[in-house]
Amino acid sequence: MNKTCYINSASSISSQNTFRNNNFFEKIIIHKEKIANAIEPNYSKIINPISIRRMSKITKMGIATAKSALKKGNIMMPDAIITGTGMGCLKDSEKFLKSIIENNEKFLSPTEFIQSTHNTVGSQIALNLKCKNYNMTYVHGSISFELALIDSQLLISENQANNILVGGIDELGGKIVDDTLVLENDNENGINVPLSEGSHFFTISSRKNANSLAILKGIEIYHKISKNDISNKLNLFLKKNKFNKIDVIILGFNGDIWDKYYKILTDNLFKNTPQVQYKNISGEFSTSSSFGLWLGLELIKKQNIPKEVSLNNIKSNKINTILLVNQFKGTQFSFVLIESII
Amino acid sequence: MKELKEELKNKIIEELNLGHLSVQDISDSDPLFKEGLGLDSIDALELIVMLDKDYGIKLNDPIEAKKIFESIENLASYINKNRLR
Amino acid sequence: MRKNFVSITGMGIISSIGDNLEENFSALINKKVGLDQISHINTIHKNKIKVGEIKHTNNELIDLLCFNKNENYSRTELLGSIAAKEAIKHSGIKSIDKFKTGLISATSVGGMVRTEKFYLNSNSDDNSKNYVKNHHAGRSTERIADTLNITDYISTISTACSSAANAIMLGARMIKSKKLDRVIVGGTDSLAKFTINGFNTLMLLSEKECMPFDANRNGLNLGEGAAYLVLESEEIINKEKKKVLANISGYANANDAFHQTGSSDKGNGAFIAINKAIKSAKIKKEDIDYINMHGTATINNDLSEGAAIKRIFDPIPPFSSTKPYTGHTLAAAGAIEAVFSILALNNNTIFPNLNFKNKMPELNISPVTEITQKNLKNVLSNSFGFGGNCTALIFSKNE
Repeated sequence: MNKTCYINSASSISSQNTFRNNNFFEKIIIHKEKIANAIEPNYSKIINPISIRRMSKITKMGIATAKSALKKGNIMMPDAIITGTGMGCLKDSEKFLKSIIENNEKFLSPTEFIQSTHNTVGSQIALNLKCKNYNMTYVHGSISFELALIDSQLLISENQANNILVGGIDELGGKIVDDTLVLENDNENGINVPLSEGSHFFTISSRKNANSLAILKGIEIYHKISKNDISNKLNLFLKKNKFNKIDVIILGFNGDIWDKYYKILTDNLFKNTPQVQYKNISGEFSTSSSFGLWLGLELIKKQNIPKEVSLNNIKSNKINTILLVNQFKGTQFSFVLIESII
Repeated sequence: MKELKEELKNKIIEELNLGHLSVQDISDSDPLFKEGLGLDSIDALELIVMLDKDYGIKLNDPIEAKKIFESIENLASYINKNRLR
Repeated sequence: MRKNFVSITGMGIISSIGDNLEENFSALINKKVGLDQISHINTIHKNKIKVGEIKHTNNELIDLLCFNKNENYSRTELLGSIAAKEAIKHSGIKSIDKFKTGLISATSVGGMVRTEKFYLNSNSDDNSKNYVKNHHAGRSTERIADTLNITDYISTISTACSSAANAIMLGARMIKSKKLDRVIVGGTDSLAKFTINGFNTLMLLSEKECMPFDANRNGLNLGEGAAYLVLESEEIINKEKKKVLANISGYANANDAFHQTGSSDKGNGAFIAINKAIKSAKIKKEDIDYINMHGTATINNDLSEGAAIKRIFDPIPPFSSTKPYTGHTLAAAGAIEAVFSILALNNNTIFPNLNFKNKMPELNISPVTEITQKNLKNVLSNSFGFGGNCTALIFSKNE
C-alpha cells in the first residue's frame, strides 16, 4: 500500500538563474550557443573553504542545492540521500583519463580519481551533513533521476524513511561534450537544444508541512515503448493513478527525431491541454527531467506558464495536476504525475 | 633552502587548491596535517605525486611520507637531501 | 502470510577462478587462486601488480556467448552477459517475459573500459565515434538487458564497491513490494587502465597476493568479474514449482560519513549497516554462522571492518575474505561474494581467508584459514565502497 509522498521543497542550479531566485519567470535566458554552462552561486557562503577546494563543479552544485532544499523543507537530517546522475563526475573522469593517456600513466592526481566515482556527490553531501543514513546513487542515463524518485517512494512505503533528500545532477565535461556535439550535428536529426548541466534537489516526505508543494502521485519508467503504444501506456498510467484530467503536460522536447513521441501526445491525447517544454531553456543533460520537475513546481506556485516554455498558448484556470513525460532517443521513458496541495 | 621553502609553499597552495591562503599564511614549522593547515590523507598522496614529478623523489611508503610532510621545514630538508631534479 | 524474505532461484558467475558456478566452487574448495600478472591490458604497472584477471580475451568471450563481433561490446557487457545468462538458465527460466521481470545491475567501470581506448582517437571510425553513446554506466546494463530480452524494468546502481550488494538489496525490495515478480540482480566490472591507475595513485595496490586481516597486509589486488542472482516471488515459485537455492532474509545500507575514501577507525558505517541487516532479518546476532567479509586487505578497511564486527559480535562468528581468490572485483564484488555466501550455505562449507598469518595488533581477531565444514543457516556478506557506502546482506538457508 503506497503512502503519500509529499514534495516539500525544491532547489535548482541550472543554466538559468534559478538558484534561490523567486523571480526566475521574469527573466528567462534564451541560449544561443550549443553549450550552456550552469549559473553558479558564490559557494564560499555555503561550503567551507577547506572542503570546497577539492570539489568538482558537480559536487559544489550538488551540495549547494541539497542544503538549500533541506533548509526550505525544514529538515536538519534526512533519513536518506538518493541521487541520480547520468554521466557522474565527468570533468574529473576526463582529466584523469587524459592524464593517463598523455603522461603515460605517470604523475596522476589521486583527487581526480576519487572524485570520478559516480556516488561522489551523494557521499559528499552525507559527509557535509554527517549523515549516516541510507545513501544510494542511480546511474542510468535519462531515468537516473526517476530511479532515485522511485526509490524514495519505496522507502516511504516501507516505513524506512520519513524525510528524503533526492536529486538529479549532471555536469558538462570536456572532450566528451565536444564529441557528443559532433555526433548530434552529424545529421539533421540530432539534438537541437544546448547541451547543459544542472543540479536539482527535492525533499520528499511522508508528512505534510506548511511548506509542502505537491504530492508525488505516480511514477513509471519503461525501457522501450513503440510509437503506437505510447498513448495507450499513458492512459493506463493515468487510470492506475485515478486521474482523467491533467492541467498541464510537461514534455522533454529536445529537437531531435525522437520528439515524435511527444508529438503523438500533443497532437492527440493532450491536444487541448496546456503543453510545456523545458529543454529549450534548461538544455539537455541526462538528469534534465529534474529541471522539468522543478519547473512543474514553479508552475504550481506561480499559477502561470511563461511564454518561453509554453508550446500551445492554452491557459489553464488552475494548475493543479501536472504530468511530465521524458525519454531519450527512443528509450528510458518516464511518466511522473504530481498534484498541487497549495 | 629559503627559496625552496617559498617554492614549496606556492606549490602546496596551487596543487592542493588552497587559494584562500597566501605564502605568508604558511609558517615553516607549523604542522601541515590534522591541525595547522588541516590537510588530510588525499593531500598527502597529492604531495607524493608532486615529489616525484617535480623533484624526482619516489616515496612508496605512506607512513614514511607522513613524517616527511610534518612541516615545510621537514619537507624542504628532505627534498634538499634527496632530490634528483 | 507475507514472508519476511525473498527467494533466490538461480545464480551465475564468471571470475578469475572460473567461468561458471561449478568452476568457481571447485576453485574455492581446492584453494585454486585467480591472482596472476596482468596479461590483457598494456600498463606500465604490468610487472608490479597481481590481479584477478579472467584469462579469456574479449573475442573469446564473444565466442562463448555466440555474439556478433561487430557489435562493439565492452568487456563489462560481455562478462555481465555470461553471468546473467547462466543465472537465468540455472533458474530454469524458459520464457523471460512470462512474468514482470527486471534487471538491476551494478558497475563502476561501465563503458570506461572502451572509452579509454577511443577517447583521444574518436574520429577514426564509427565505432570509436560512438564511444560517447556507450560510455555511461546504464548503457552497459541496457546492452545486457537486450541480450536477455528483459524490457520491463532496467536499472543501474553505482556506489563503488558496494554497488552489486545494493543492486541485490533493491531487487529484494522490488519483489517484496510486488513492483516486480522476478528480478535479475548483481553486477559486472572489468579491469581497466582507469581503475588500475586510480588505485595505484591512492597507493592501495599490493605487489603480492593480498593478506586480508593480517598484521602485514599492504593493499589489495584488483579483480574483474560478474555475478547475478535470480530473485522470484512466492507466487512464481509455487506456480512453477521452482527450487529455492537460498533466501535473502536481511539487508541494510548506511553511510560512514567520515572521509571520501577512508573508513572510520571504529567502522561506524559498517556497524550501523550490519546491525540494521540483522534486525531486518528478524534474527539474533548469535544466529549469524559465518561472515563473508569485505576484507580488501587495505590497512584501513580491514581495521575498520574488524573493529565493527568486534563491536557487534561476542563471540565473533567465523569470518573470511575471499578476495585472495578473486581479487577485489569492485562493483561486482557484492554479487560475486553473494554467490560465494550461498555456495557456502548450501555446502555447509566456510571458504578460507588465504594468506593470513598474523593478527592485526589492534584487534585480537583471526579469520578462518582452512576449508571448514560447519552447519550454516545464516551468512552475513559485507560490501563497503568509497564514499562511506556500507551494505550488509544476510542469506539464509531455505528450510
